[in-house]
Amino acid sequence: MTQPSENLVIDAEVESNDGGYRQAPDEGARRSRSRGRLIFRRFLRNRLAVVALILFIAMFAWSFIGPHFNATFKGDAHCTPAVTPGLPGYDHTCMWDYKQNDFSSFSDGPSSKHYFGTTQSGQDVYAQLLRGMQKSMVIGLLAAVMTTAIASVVGSAAAYFGGFVDRILMWFVDMLLVVPGFLIIAILSPLFQGSTWLLLVVLIAIFAWMVTARAIRSQTLSLREREYVSAARYMGVRPARIIARHVLPNIASYLIVDVTLNVGGAIITEVSLSYFGFGIQSPDVSLGTLLQAGQDKATTAWWLFAFCGGALTLIVLCVNFVGDGLRDAFDPGSATSRAR
Amino acid sequence: MTIADDRAGVVRPDADRETVLEVSHLEVTFPSEGGRVNAVRDVSYAVRSGEVLGIVGESGSGKSVSSLAVMGLLPVSARISGSVQLRGRELLGLGDKAMSRIRGKSIGMVFQDPLSALTPVYSIGAQIAEAVLTHRKVSKDDAHKRAIELLDLVGIPNAAQRAKAFPHEFSGGMRQRAVIAIAIANDPDLIIADEPTTALDVTIQAQVLEVLRTAQEVTGAAIIMITHDLGVVAGLADRVQVMYAGRIVESAPVNEIYYRPRMPYTMGLLGSIPRLDDKDRAALTPIEGNPPSLLRLPPGCPFAPRCPIAFDRCTEVEPALLPVGGEHHTSACHLAAQIESENLAVTDVFPEPEIPENPEVRIPRERRDEVLRLEGLVKEFPLMKGHVFKHRVGTVHAVDRIDIDMRSGETVALVGESGCGKTTTLLQILDLAKPQQGRIVVLGKDTAGMSKAERRSLRRDLQIVFQDPMASLDPRMPVGDILAEPLSAQGISGGRAREKISELLALVGLEPSHADRYPTEFSGGQRQRIGIARALALEPKLLVLDEPVSALDVSIQAGVINLLQELKGRLGLSYLFVAHDLSVVRHVADRIVVMYLGRVCETGTVNEVFDQPYHPYTQALMSAIPLPDPDREHSRRRIILEGDLPSPADPPSGCRFRTRCPRRVGLTPAEQEKCSAEEPQLLEVGDDHASACHYNSAASMV
Repeated sequence: MTQPSENLVIDAEVESNDGGYRQAPDEGARRSRSRGRLIFRRFLRNRLAVVALILFIAMFAWSFIGPHFNATFKGDAHCTPAVTPGLPGYDHTCMWDYKQNDFSSFSDGPSSKHYFGTTQSGQDVYAQLLRGMQKSMVIGLLAAVMTTAIASVVGSAAAYFGGFVDRILMWFVDMLLVVPGFLIIAILSPLFQGSTWLLLVVLIAIFAWMVTARAIRSQTLSLREREYVSAARYMGVRPARIIARHVLPNIASYLIVDVTLNVGGAIITEVSLSYFGFGIQSPDVSLGTLLQAGQDKATTAWWLFAFCGGALTLIVLCVNFVGDGLRDAFDPGSATSRAR
Repeated sequence: MTIADDRAGVVRPDADRETVLEVSHLEVTFPSEGGRVNAVRDVSYAVRSGEVLGIVGESGSGKSVSSLAVMGLLPVSARISGSVQLRGRELLGLGDKAMSRIRGKSIGMVFQDPLSALTPVYSIGAQIAEAVLTHRKVSKDDAHKRAIELLDLVGIPNAAQRAKAFPHEFSGGMRQRAVIAIAIANDPDLIIADEPTTALDVTIQAQVLEVLRTAQEVTGAAIIMITHDLGVVAGLADRVQVMYAGRIVESAPVNEIYYRPRMPYTMGLLGSIPRLDDKDRAALTPIEGNPPSLLRLPPGCPFAPRCPIAFDRCTEVEPALLPVGGEHHTSACHLAAQIESENLAVTDVFPEPEIPENPEVRIPRERRDEVLRLEGLVKEFPLMKGHVFKHRVGTVHAVDRIDIDMRSGETVALVGESGCGKTTTLLQILDLAKPQQGRIVVLGKDTAGMSKAERRSLRRDLQIVFQDPMASLDPRMPVGDILAEPLSAQGISGGRAREKISELLALVGLEPSHADRYPTEFSGGQRQRIGIARALALEPKLLVLDEPVSALDVSIQAGVINLLQELKGRLGLSYLFVAHDLSVVRHVADRIVVMYLGRVCETGTVNEVFDQPYHPYTQALMSAIPLPDPDREHSRRRIILEGDLPSPADPPSGCRFRTRCPRRVGLTPAEQEKCSAEEPQLLEVGDDHASACHYNSAASMV
């Protein structure tokens, strides 16, 4: 299209003929403009989900802020400095962190010195718990986003292109589905000793995206038949652009819900890997390693197990409630979020 | 209970007829995100036994909701007030259990979609028998016998055998017959039919309407027929009431409504429907604007913003439904008396818009450029079986050797029942690929030897407008982006594109400032205008219109048809128009191609073919289109096709239409032999008019 066309010049005649159609869309329609706001409002009607979301955010924030509000002690220059640092050299006011050992208290219960007690080797459980929560939640969120991202690319491409591409990709998906992912990670983990924990995120995602990909594939299969997709094709729009602009935005609601629900799964995977010693390696901690360390003392030194067990349960519950709430908010037929 | 003794009920004189259903001051509201929606407002009416009441209205007018309220089928969130009395018994406030005893016994129901009305896991016979068993103490055998009797009554051949079939083995029309059989199984006092033919093809619609007529004669029940199509009720209803914005705005005996409408909305509806019998009308008279939102209605007449004769009072006081003129005629309009005394016609109230003509049409057809030519186009689909080892078990002959030629400035209509191959033909053209057999020549370029780049550039000249404007616009994209898509695909972006988008929106009668809104904010008609704007973005020469108005409400449809006509004249477009509604075709097309099972059976100029159809299939199609004119509808000759379209995987030998052909009955065995042995070719039967029948003969069907 280079030269301007004389055909499409606005003509006064049209305006007068179709004056009635120039009126603004009516008020009822305008209200539906911001779908995001509508979904947010529907989400707010689900009390449990709202409480869960607030709790999740609070726990996430606490896991980063909390370590700065731990009990203090007098230590040397190598300890984590407290909020009010003392004189340089020695006699610092220090704050317990997750690596520090308190050689004056082993396996002590909660006290003002150690809010959540200490481990057998004198580590501060409060600091360890928060560090573990931090790790587990960050890994969970990242792995969930990555899982859904891989799934949406593979699923939508397989469905959109169909035929050969579809068969190859789905064959790959089926193969990964029958491979015991947990075992593979366990076997591979010595190879990754000492490398970054981000690798763990990738590994968790690689073995978790297949079911989502299948769901996205079937959704794309029906979207592909929509007329706006055919329209785009007949206008000469390229496939990658069609997927990015027409297919994925239209399953966005599914993707968002999927991410939230995957967070719970990813956290559990991380925890169980770490529990068996394949995930986060000491001296770093995650909820999994903490649970592993605390499990055999659950009856004698309850604080070693109860705090991180409780935190894990709470996090996963919250994530699932938020996911359910989101799903209901997106689903126009659900009863819980309907206007009354 | 046998059928014979029920018939006595029908011949009762009018005066004796007792009131079956009396609805008074019915109000229904629903909760929504924006507040309560007043779906039905102060609706009162009565139906007497043996009477057929047509309720006509656009989507959202409250016609379905009011009847769902009668049946007690509204969701619990709905608030209902007023009174609904069935033979003197109050139905509102009855529990679901008590209503279940009435539904299916005293009230029979026929819904729009016969597939979802039947359970897929039980046989048809069992489902009808169940309807009998739930309401009567009879033995299973008797119930089954009754089921077969009913299936026979609704015209299902071989009833005893077909009763064992499951819903998926029935075609759409047969399913709807089965649903009607269930509805009349217990001799109801009232049958409520909610858009019973909307999902069906015209030829099947004619069959189903016929069955409804029979059902009414047999049971003597009152029928409430809910529809958006003024044509359907013209031949069936005794009385018609028109609903708008949740209210009844006009109610009268059927002739009064069609010949002496006294409410501008009714007049607008009548003026906006294209008719099979209008030859010379240049433009339809659309009702401008859109139906109001039922959320917080402004004071005054809800139709006032769209009414060409509204005055001050109309926006202040809502008119009451008052008697006007003829007997039992009521209208809710401040000006009803004036319309009555001056006897205003539709065109007096709604001025007929002027449509510019393309200067090209004056050039003789042969001298105009060719925009599209199909020569012996064939498209077959393999039927595959098996999962591990796929093998071919048959072939679907979707399109079988068809020829079409189209000149510039022309509208060619492709017509036929669903499954006749018209959509496949379209897709073949749009794909711009080498056809399986034959030739496709678009704007002088043969698609067979085309390179990728050539194909891409040809896409600019060939665009499509889809049937469903909701499905063809991506709901997640603002209108501006939707219109920018074809532009950016062909390398236009930035300021040029923005300018172009404003131009396009103005061209189709929308505000350029609407570019940042989403498709859901527009009404159906406006959305279809956006679809048209998108198709026009690249200034194509040939536009393929796939049933562009069939998903729209009548009052909106006229505006879109006029827009298409006007754009064609101003921009010099050519349209390939696919439709099943022959009345729309008569109005917009220059030439018509009638398809049956992948073959062309009749083709010619619209006037030739409509005035004198030669092929029996064309004749049947035309006779199946209802006319919005009760007298003509009652007096015209009707050809009702038997059965359904045969499977295109196994078409009949010889003439493909012979299995359903009404003309075959009058032929001698020797002549019939020719039909099954020899395939008829298109034969010239007039000036630019050809028909493929061995025994061509003309008949006027209007």
